[in-house]
Amino acid sequence: MNPVNYLYLAALLFTIGAAGVLIRRNAIVVFMCVELMLNACNLAFVTFSRMHGNLDGQIIAFFTMVVAAAEVVVGLAIIVSLFRSRHSASVDDASLMKL
Amino acid sequence: MTGLAAAASQTSTGEAVQFWVLGTVAVIGALSTVLMKKAVHSALSLAGTMIILAVFYLANGAYFLGIVQIVVYTGAIMMLFLFVVMLVGVTAADSLKETIKGQRWLAAGCGLGFGVLLIAGIGNASLKSFNGLGTANTVHGGNVEGLASLIFTKYVFAFEITGALLITATVGAMVLTHRERTERAKTQREMSEERVRSNHLPPLPAPGVYARHNAVDIAGLLPDGTPSELTVMNTLRKRGQMRDVSQESLAGLKALEQRSGERLGRDTEEEEVAK
Amino acid sequence: MENLIALLVAAPLLGAAVLLCGGRRLDRAGHWLGTLLAAASFVVAVVLFTDMLGKGAEDRALHQKLFSWIPVEGFQADVAFQLDQLSMTFVLLITGVGTLIHIYSIGYMEHDERRRRFFGYLNLFLAAMLILVIADNYLLLYVGWEGVGLASYLLIGFWQHKPSAATAAKKAFLVNRVGDMGLSIAIMLMFTTFGTFAYGPVLEATGETSEGKLTAIGLMLLLAACGKSAQVPLQSWLGDAMEGPTPVSALIHAATMVTAGVYLIVRSGAIFNAAPDAQMVVVVVGAVTLIFGAIVGCAKDDIKKALAGSTMSQIGYMILAAGLGPIGYVFAIMHLVTHGFFKAGLFLGAGSVMHGMNDEVDMRKYGGLRKYMPVTFVTFGLGYLAIIGFPGLSGFFSKDKIIEAAFAKGGTEGWILGSVALLGAAITAFYMTRVMLMTFFGEERWRRTATPSPDAPDVEPAAETRGEHAEPHPHESPKSMTIPMIVLAFGSVFAGGFFSIGDRFLHWLEPVTGHDHGDAPIGASTVTAATMVALVIGVAIAWAMYGRKPVPVAAPRGSLLTRAARRDLLQDDFNHVVLVRGGEHLTRSLVYVDHTLVDGVVNGTAASMGGLSGRLRKLQNGYARSYAVSMFGGTAVLIAATLLMRAV
Repeated sequence: MNPVNYLYLAALLFTIGAAGVLIRRNAIVVFMCVELMLNACNLAFVTFSRMHGNLDGQIIAFFTMVVAAAEVVVGLAIIVSLFRSRHSASVDDASLMKL
Repeated sequence: MTGLAAAASQTSTGEAVQFWVLGTVAVIGALSTVLMKKAVHSALSLAGTMIILAVFYLANGAYFLGIVQIVVYTGAIMMLFLFVVMLVGVTAADSLKETIKGQRWLAAGCGLGFGVLLIAGIGNASLKSFNGLGTANTVHGGNVEGLASLIFTKYVFAFEITGALLITATVGAMVLTHRERTERAKTQREMSEERVRSNHLPPLPAPGVYARHNAVDIAGLLPDGTPSELTVMNTLRKRGQMRDVSQESLAGLKALEQRSGERLGRDTEEEEVAK
Repeated sequence: MENLIALLVAAPLLGAAVLLCGGRRLDRAGHWLGTLLAAASFVVAVVLFTDMLGKGAEDRALHQKLFSWIPVEGFQADVAFQLDQLSMTFVLLITGVGTLIHIYSIGYMEHDERRRRFFGYLNLFLAAMLILVIADNYLLLYVGWEGVGLASYLLIGFWQHKPSAATAAKKAFLVNRVGDMGLSIAIMLMFTTFGTFAYGPVLEATGETSEGKLTAIGLMLLLAACGKSAQVPLQSWLGDAMEGPTPVSALIHAATMVTAGVYLIVRSGAIFNAAPDAQMVVVVVGAVTLIFGAIVGCAKDDIKKALAGSTMSQIGYMILAAGLGPIGYVFAIMHLVTHGFFKAGLFLGAGSVMHGMNDEVDMRKYGGLRKYMPVTFVTFGLGYLAIIGFPGLSGFFSKDKIIEAAFAKGGTEGWILGSVALLGAAITAFYMTRVMLMTFFGEERWRRTATPSPDAPDVEPAAETRGEHAEPHPHESPKSMTIPMIVLAFGSVFAGGFFSIGDRFLHWLEPVTGHDHGDAPIGASTVTAATMVALVIGVAIAWAMYGRKPVPVAAPRGSLLTRAARRDLLQDDFNHVVLVRGGEHLTRSLVYVDHTLVDGVVNGTAASMGGLSGRLRKLQNGYARSYAVSMFGGTAVLIAATLLMRAV
């Protein structure tokens, strides 16, 4: 098997995650889909790291994880406070961009 | 490790089997993350996908990341998700019915196009030569040591900045979820003094204490035998539909007397006759 | 000495600034300050003049550069002054007559509560006029040109409470604007042709420039001159400008500003010399205006308007002379200077008469005033003699020279021009005699009752008896008014002789303007004799019409020509019918085009944009997910583009 298959898998997962972001209305699930996309990227980075024979790709994946952790913390906090004020976790309810 | 190093452009059969089996599961997990109605199910599917990804990391020679993926991602972040799902409501099933017109078709179209493009891009790229991680992983004595030497030399500033980012995120989460108290919390002493002043020294009764009927409209009796209005719901009290249990017991007593009289009727009748 | 030149302008400019910004606390001393600064400017001018006399003819021109005004590569404009003999003549005239009229105004405007402002405007005018004549380039001249236009506007409309004055001011401003447009076009043409507009380079470069361009520049300059100097066809404003206070009429609309056109043509002599067609037009304009103004002057009963017609006519003489080229430049300027003296004197005399007659301007209600206003009578009379060209007085010398020069033009043109000039002289004699007779001689038509009033007429009238309908009590004006008149009368009498004897003026100006004797078909003495005959005929006719028999108080209907002349020879009617009506029609059709075509396009664009936006707005539904789709789609497109680029 050619390791390029990992990349195809990563592309597939990324696309599924992206579609999930667009389709789902529950903010938590949307968030999970974003995580899925990040993970797909990580997989690609790790695979590239293996292809090129150096560890920089893994470092980037590591940083991605750290940033994802920070993002999750803040994002979930936002969801919780939104839920407190609106009693809903639907992203469509927060359609304040249109006045 | 040496096996991996040897696998330059082809992987071992074992890895191939592992990829095809676990890859399928990962895609199914991803799909169910998107398609499950309940957020909990989505979260669990995602956790599964992440564990499989961790296995793939390991297979790709990223031992450190594989472990981190399980410990930090699956262990910590996904649990955080589950906590939030719990806070927001586990049972709150999400309707999958689309509300924005054409959104689903647009998303599907975009997703499909995007995926095709990505795959076409990967297919086009000249990714024929594989170096493998053999030398990179051994040069510093191992994967973790190799990563460490990079993080603390080449990427040391980025690393420091991620530290700052994490601190900021922590503070941000606290600020966002913190709720300001509008009044001072009462101390235990203040609560007890208030109790004494309100003349309710004994513990407050639960509704329907010592009741015999449909007890909602009957005031419970305090241990000293007096009825407490507090045990009846406010609406009934306002409507005046509260019944007095003391009357009830008197009526009961009368009935008891009557019944015993019936049984001892003759005696009384005899007494009356005698009279 | 060069450094003094800026002082000429600085003094009145300072006066204008102080008086106009100073506010009411300067009301008491404002007129003294204004007069003092005008006099200071005159003193500086005299100092410069004596210095200039001490030098040789060739190096008399002084030059002072103050600062670079617009220092752009390829477009250099400096604020720089040039004081040569021509400028010097004007500077002396402007500051000299200006100072006299300042003094006169102290008395004339005594009862006007806005006197301070009046002096501020007068100073402003002096500054602008001085800039005009001492600028060393056309752009700075343009500044002065606009400045005097502004001052003229402000002063004509000084009594703005009178609707007629306000209208006259606007009219003057607008008509002048037409001329100013000509000047600005001329300057632009100069810049494109010569790459500069400084006098020196422009006038030196006329030799190697095509005649067509020079003709265009010359015609535009002539248009400017017509506007400022009230020449046909832009003469209509001058008569109405008499609504301004009389000192203004004397200073601006007789002695100085209206002669700016003559200055412009003489200054640009090199251009006209090289463009004979333009010169021809100048001559025609001058000749037409000469007769036109004279005819108008004959018919007007308003003393100031009669004098205004005369001014127009006299400037026509100057323009005619200037159009003759080197033959006439010097005489144009000479007549300009002498005219400055006697016409200013005449206007001041007219003002003095009005001052004594409750601001009555109708000459038919004057008569026999020589007894009551002896000084005015004598000074006015000397001015009168000067303007008709009585032998020995200023006008005699200067006008005679112009008529001679007209004949010296040569050929048929010379004969025609000379005859026109002679005819003009005759008409001048006629209308000036008419003014003189109607004002100072004859019966006292100003009395309300047939019999003379019992009180002595030479008693000063009390202020409270002055009123619109009260009978006027003619009286001599105060000293501040009579002294300037006397000084100007001296100028009227002696200036011409002083200039002409030994050709002093000719030698003085020749280095700047050049001179050419031409080929006169008839001798100078013949011309003088002919002029005398014309003079006598004019005076005699006037005597027959106004001296011999009483003048009716109500104006008779008069002949067709008289009625037309009373209406400024239908100039305003012409303007109204051709320009105003035509403009209205043009405007209406333009408005129609604007409403249908332009607005249609604009509104159509707006409506289609509105419709488009309404449709686009549906994309903005406020749902974050919709926006995410756009982002995602955009990313896909970007990737596709990248891949395509790589594939190609």
